[in-house]
Amino acid sequence: MKTIPNLLLTGALLAGQIFAQALDPSVLTKPLGATDAWPTYSGDYSAKRYSSLKQINQTNVKNLTLAWTSRVTPGPGGRGGGFGGGAPVIIGGEGSADAAAGGGFGGAASIRASILQVGGILYLSMPDNAWAVDARDGHEIWHYFWKTKGGTHIGNRGLGMWGNWLYMETPDDYIVCLDAATGKERWHKEIAGFNQQYFSTMSPIVIGNHILTGTGNDLDEPGYIRSLDPETGDPQWTFYTVPMKKGDPGLETWGSLDGAKHGAGNVWIPGAYDPDTHLYIVGTGNPSPAYTNPQSREGDNLYTCSIIAVNVDTGKLAWYYQLNPHDTHDWDSTETPILVDGEFKGKQRKMVLHADRNGYFYVLDRLTGEHLLTSKFSEAANWVKEVNAKGQTIRDVSKDSTVPGSLVSPNNGGATNWPPPAYSPDTGLFYVPQNDAYAMYYLTETDPRGAMGLGGKDETGLGSLGSFLTAIDYKTGKIAWRHRYPGLGGNVGNGMLTTAGRLLFAGDAGGNIVAYDAGTGKILWHSHVGNVSNAPETYTLDGHQYLLVGVGDQMFAFTLY
Amino acid sequence: MALAAQLPAQLSPQPAAGGGRGGRGAAAGPPAAFVRPPAYPERAPADPAVLERGKAIYGVQCNFCHGSDARGGEGGPNLLRSELVLNDDKGELIAPVVQNGRGEMPKISITREQISDVAAYIHSFKVGGYDVSRMVPLSILVGDAKAGEQTFKTMCASCHSVTGDLKGIASKITDPKALQNGWLMPGGGGGRGPGPGRGGSPFNVPPVTVTVSMANGKKSEGRLVRIDDFIVTLTDADGTQKTFRRDGDVPKVEIHDPLKAHKDLLPKYSDKDIHNLTSYLVTIK
Repeated sequence: MKTIPNLLLTGALLAGQIFAQALDPSVLTKPLGATDAWPTYSGDYSAKRYSSLKQINQTNVKNLTLAWTSRVTPGPGGRGGGFGGGAPVIIGGEGSADAAAGGGFGGAASIRASILQVGGILYLSMPDNAWAVDARDGHEIWHYFWKTKGGTHIGNRGLGMWGNWLYMETPDDYIVCLDAATGKERWHKEIAGFNQQYFSTMSPIVIGNHILTGTGNDLDEPGYIRSLDPETGDPQWTFYTVPMKKGDPGLETWGSLDGAKHGAGNVWIPGAYDPDTHLYIVGTGNPSPAYTNPQSREGDNLYTCSIIAVNVDTGKLAWYYQLNPHDTHDWDSTETPILVDGEFKGKQRKMVLHADRNGYFYVLDRLTGEHLLTSKFSEAANWVKEVNAKGQTIRDVSKDSTVPGSLVSPNNGGATNWPPPAYSPDTGLFYVPQNDAYAMYYLTETDPRGAMGLGGKDETGLGSLGSFLTAIDYKTGKIAWRHRYPGLGGNVGNGMLTTAGRLLFAGDAGGNIVAYDAGTGKILWHSHVGNVSNAPETYTLDGHQYLLVGVGDQMFAFTLY
Repeated sequence: MALAAQLPAQLSPQPAAGGGRGGRGAAAGPPAAFVRPPAYPERAPADPAVLERGKAIYGVQCNFCHGSDARGGEGGPNLLRSELVLNDDKGELIAPVVQNGRGEMPKISITREQISDVAAYIHSFKVGGYDVSRMVPLSILVGDAKAGEQTFKTMCASCHSVTGDLKGIASKITDPKALQNGWLMPGGGGGRGPGPGRGGSPFNVPPVTVTVSMANGKKSEGRLVRIDDFIVTLTDADGTQKTFRRDGDVPKVEIHDPLKAHKDLLPKYSDKDIHNLTSYLVTIK
């Protein structure tokens, strides 16, 4: 790997210059704020989304001002870029569809991704589209468009970067390697079978010389993490989240091998990484078929709805902890786990913190997977019969989907979902968007063989008792404070960012980007920009701290002058 | 993994009941040039004569183990979700398994051409989880109407009457599932903020209203249009839309949600209460 020194760190970059810099690999191992960059999905490997930057703080956040805004236009049409003018479109892809895509189903183009900032250039994505944009004014530098074969175009969670190269997953299951300087394609490789109805949205995670990929699937195909060679895209190892052959561990938690091999457990949101132990720690998706209970999936269904720790060098499982044995509500446990070092019951611990779509919050020891704490953060959640001795949430089978209907909270969207949580070591609080929604779950497939994928259920939403920004004290699992979004709506909510300025940033349900006091939840600043569509980010440029948010197809960058 | 579940759920401030599929974004419609690619690979329809031959051979050779719908039968797995079948085009991957056998499956003596016909037949099934065509209507009426009447008296009668506002409700809403969803949260999908029930709901749900009390004692009242931590907008009696800046608790804002009682009951019902109550309400013709 080339190790071009990070010029920003040495302060040699002159204002106004635009040229792509290679990502110094040491930047990836530093905590967010220790360098000027935002080099990976969560800002750093711990996934805290906590920046040590404090130029913007509680005292001056009220002076935060718009530095620039810019719009990107997905598709092959070219020269889309709004204010800065568009760049020529570079076109790749295996498909024939000229679909502008960019959005989700039924949705318009939307930045649902983490935006990388390396050397004064922002790298962002939507399904089939990647851009480089000047971080100083939002001017488009290049735009890459992938002609798709299809696949679920629900979102793209961002790009990965290794040296001079960027990596993007596509909905039709390729990974594309792009030259960060020009946007030109270096190669693309298939990472999953499109015929098997996989679709790929995850932000690739770069660790050493591994590119970690994950995919989604709404049929019954097995989930996996695949590590690729950054130079060639060739597979280094594949870790399946379900048993794939006789003798595989966990097979006894399924009714049959065929059931296990069609048991899903997809990995579609990046995890966190512990450089000391070389463990990649990630949450896995729901078992499949999601809502029905055929004999073939009788049992706990390992390793679905689990936090798993995989050695990044070998692809071997170090430990696992299953949160929801035998999930029946499609509550993926993919919500980002956060790595925290701190005190727990008088002892220094290295931990994993995780708030689940199922309404519960979990703390584990990340060296061993030992369970430390389970607590309920969504008071409405009504599907648990007991929290067992291992801290697992055991379902009340009467809350499975039934023919006459079962009244359940959370709804399928969950008490929380993929929008990233955050953790501040200054406050000791874990921040998570929360929705207390109810739904009637009706079983529509009574065939004892079960349905496939997400089939067999008809769900009717009954509204929400409220949506919140919730701060949890991980030591007790208790809610430290909670901000209720006004109005009657429910909303899975937006991702979080917290900083050493004792600030917490998040989009709200009304189209505002809001700064809160991270200690109390008091509102300190806001700007109405429209519905924020990703988690806010922060970085330093020319000695100034910036706040960046995606709002549909636009970006807004704020700073202090 | 649900599709909707990956959405950011950028909902407008008011509507947001988290519809059936987990709260879909209220984003503006797609741009005009948008052409949606297929979510999954689509197979071209096969020649009916081929399908007929394939179906006949399948019925004789495959049906018993793999089921008449190819979703699994006596001992044989579901073929539709099989990796091999999904990646097969014209029988080229299926043929070696049929001709050589595999695991517990014996080899079957049929020709390569016949295998192509069988493959075409298997590929003619729809492959997907969420399949409306499989949603056979099942009766949801399992409750005890008498017990439901009691439940009605204790939980509903303080606001509703079967001889008053709910007179003939089961004649107006003849589908028991619609009736159940409707009484649980009237207004279609439930709690969708201001405005009456949508989609021609027979339930008359009054709009959400709001009272804004200024520091000087002046009050404004009207239909709630939107609210966040920084503004509140209402439409008053003469149709004028007014927006007020909010600064913490000033002005004082009180939202009047006509469905509050229904929401407050959600944590209290047992499923049995719900089923009994529906079984009772279907008798109110």
